[in-house]
Amino acid sequence: MTKTDDHAETVTQVTVTIDGTDVTVDDGDTILDACNAHGVDTPTICYAENLTPVNVCRVCVVEVEGNRTLVPSCSRPVEEGMEIQTDSERVRHSRKMVLEFLGSGVDLSQATEINEYSARYGADLSRYGDDRQVIDEPILIQDELYIRDYDKCVLCYQCVSACGDDAQHTFAISVAGRGFDNRISTEFDAALPDSACVYCGNCVAVCPTGALQFKSEFDLRQADNWREEDQTVTTTVCSYCGVGCNLELHVQDNEIVKVTSPVDHSVTHGNLCIKGRFGYTYVGN
Amino acid sequence: MSYEEIENADVILLWGSNAREAHPIFFHHLMKGLDNGAKMYCVDPRRTSSSKFADVWLGIDVGTDIALSNAIAREIIHAGLTNPEFIAHSTQGYEEFAASVEPYTLDVAAEITGVPAEAIREVAHAYATGAKSQILWTLGITEHHNAVDNVVSLCNLALLTGHVGRWGSGLVPLRGQNNVQGGGDMGALPDKLPGFQNIDDAGARGKFEAAYGMELNPKPGIHLTLMFEAMERGDMTAAYVVGENPADSEADIEHARALLSGLDCLVVQDIFMTRTAEMADVVFPASVAWAECDGTVTSSERRVQRVRRAVTPPGEARHDLDIMVALADRMGVDLGTSDPQSLWDELRTLSPAHAGMSYERLDDGGLQWPCPTLDHPGSPFLHSWLWADDLEGRDPAPFSVVEHEGPKEQLTDEFPLRLTTGRSLDSYNTGVQSNGFTSPIRYGEALDINPGDAADLDLSDGERVQVSSPRGSVEMGIRIQPDIPRGLTFTTYHFPDLVDVNVLTNDAWDKRSGTSEFKAAAIRIDKLDTAPVVPGADGSQLDASGSRG
Repeated sequence: MTKTDDHAETVTQVTVTIDGTDVTVDDGDTILDACNAHGVDTPTICYAENLTPVNVCRVCVVEVEGNRTLVPSCSRPVEEGMEIQTDSERVRHSRKMVLEFLGSGVDLSQATEINEYSARYGADLSRYGDDRQVIDEPILIQDELYIRDYDKCVLCYQCVSACGDDAQHTFAISVAGRGFDNRISTEFDAALPDSACVYCGNCVAVCPTGALQFKSEFDLRQADNWREEDQTVTTTVCSYCGVGCNLELHVQDNEIVKVTSPVDHSVTHGNLCIKGRFGYTYVGN
Repeated sequence: MSYEEIENADVILLWGSNAREAHPIFFHHLMKGLDNGAKMYCVDPRRTSSSKFADVWLGIDVGTDIALSNAIAREIIHAGLTNPEFIAHSTQGYEEFAASVEPYTLDVAAEITGVPAEAIREVAHAYATGAKSQILWTLGITEHHNAVDNVVSLCNLALLTGHVGRWGSGLVPLRGQNNVQGGGDMGALPDKLPGFQNIDDAGARGKFEAAYGMELNPKPGIHLTLMFEAMERGDMTAAYVVGENPADSEADIEHARALLSGLDCLVVQDIFMTRTAEMADVVFPASVAWAECDGTVTSSERRVQRVRRAVTPPGEARHDLDIMVALADRMGVDLGTSDPQSLWDELRTLSPAHAGMSYERLDDGGLQWPCPTLDHPGSPFLHSWLWADDLEGRDPAPFSVVEHEGPKEQLTDEFPLRLTTGRSLDSYNTGVQSNGFTSPIRYGEALDINPGDAADLDLSDGERVQVSSPRGSVEMGIRIQPDIPRGLTFTTYHFPDLVDVNVLTNDAWDKRSGTSEFKAAAIRIDKLDTAPVVPGADGSQLDASGSRG
């Protein structure tokens, strides 16, 4: 019997040098993949493991020998013999500047990872003045599931990618406007319940700053009762259809306060639907 | 098949499945397949949200699937696109099958199904010539009186072309509930022991008898549909219902409720006070299996995964296993431990397909059965034996001769419209789980109807009407939907407290699978001011059953 089976793939290997050490990775991997494989902790804001890189934030830049400019490690594929510097003065300075520019126009108070990077690179978020709210508009609460706080948006595009062809294929949101008016919007700025949104929450799950937030989390934060340090996170399986999505139940005071999914799970890649994300409210009732 | 495989398919035939809404995260994998260049053909009476991503939507008349699949088979044969080597080596009954589909010409099938002949021809050629082709289906195939015939008619297409048993090519029934696969795997079928071992096979049974230390009844039991028939005959007078809400979910629901309320003893074990629980003599409060308990469930790709306790159950709610062991104890039977991991390890000694799945191995993303040993990686797809030189000692796979019948309930002058049912994205089954959260996209229950039919009946969008089938009537609003073809109507069944949709549905059922024909009833729509008075339309029968107090 002859059967066609082109499942087996042959992958060639590539060797690069990261900060003076040889690292061998698969051809087609990015510099960021190589850094991760080698244990070099690289800051990222617009990059997510489950999304196609859009390389807009420039915080992951590295120096590559022979390249005039710094290159974004999240999207630059490795090449045989590449010499990469991840912690040079030029790289550190550039990362610090990127963080300070973000701090000049955005409320980063809930951006835990970005704040860790700022500490690491000595970025002074008030360097360009304390009066740094450029959008300054009320928090949008249009339903019982999400809130939108544009003051916190760093325009990393992750929500747009998750809603679009990286996962959900709903295309309810995109980037509208130019310059300072640049912002994430529904079609014609429609209220979310009137837009194409199907409330999967995959945009909220990838937001690095809290600009998009589950209302359950927002309400607890407003009541000054969001206590991540007291929360447990338990991985289990969704109770609805038979696809078998893994859920991470974030529990505080014996109540589910948020549901996420592991990015590295082969079924969900971090994504859920409205039922898996929000259909837990009967637990404990 | 594994979800990953559809990301690499060349041709996707989505048949009787609105996966975009019913299996949203599986649809992510499917969309990757489309992004990677796959062509998709979608067979569905409705222009569903899934079908809008298809290259071609085949808008079939409800219940004419076999006419379509037989015509596809005939076209594949006549165009010389079969896989003769595979047919000769791996199948049996080809000649008889080929003769049986001969009457199903493209024109005959177009007449029966309403699908244009050219579209049938295109899907036949695309499916047969694709390097990796898959057929996926759900309840649009199985909720018919001839469910099994529908399924085997799709299997015939895979046998004709060899699109089965290879990575990327195959037959994919998508499972609708989080552990419906696991339930069957664990022997919750009338004639099976765990691991799909037959109860009437003395060898298999002996293994379980030795482990349990007792003799087992060798006679196969009966499935749910036959149980209702046994209640009707008075042969079955007591029921122990665990995590099911038949008083809302059965077809021809008034009849089912009357039978349940006529039982001498009804015990319900559930996390909700469902309508069935309200009718019960005794209710055991259970805890939430996926958030308050440890254990395993098995997904649509046969992936066994662990569920874990994240919160403490309220009040007297207890683990299902605890309740059963305690109940057995009161009856004087010691079932031993109710510890989930100990029971799983016992199962592994009895079911070879699960033997290699220790809790430790399941911890990281789960494993797909069969997984017979601790060093086995699990099985992404089944039926690779079809390609083995010796078929691994099995008989060749049989073609099945099946004929078009159509729905049991034909349209008449009195009931001229077709009603079909299905799920919506944000809700689930009888709504006991999904109605707990506030969904911004929920519209409640409504009857979707084509604009032309609405105009003929002088109905406006949102108008409340009386909807009647031969079994009863309900009052509900309509939604005028251009995506619904003429002559067809559609509703979900997620809000039985608002609209008792299953008053209308037909309980004609498949003699092999036991599934009722939820997908095809004949109905009539009357404006409320001119509607004839029908028993049950005002809810009086519900009161008589005592179920609503």
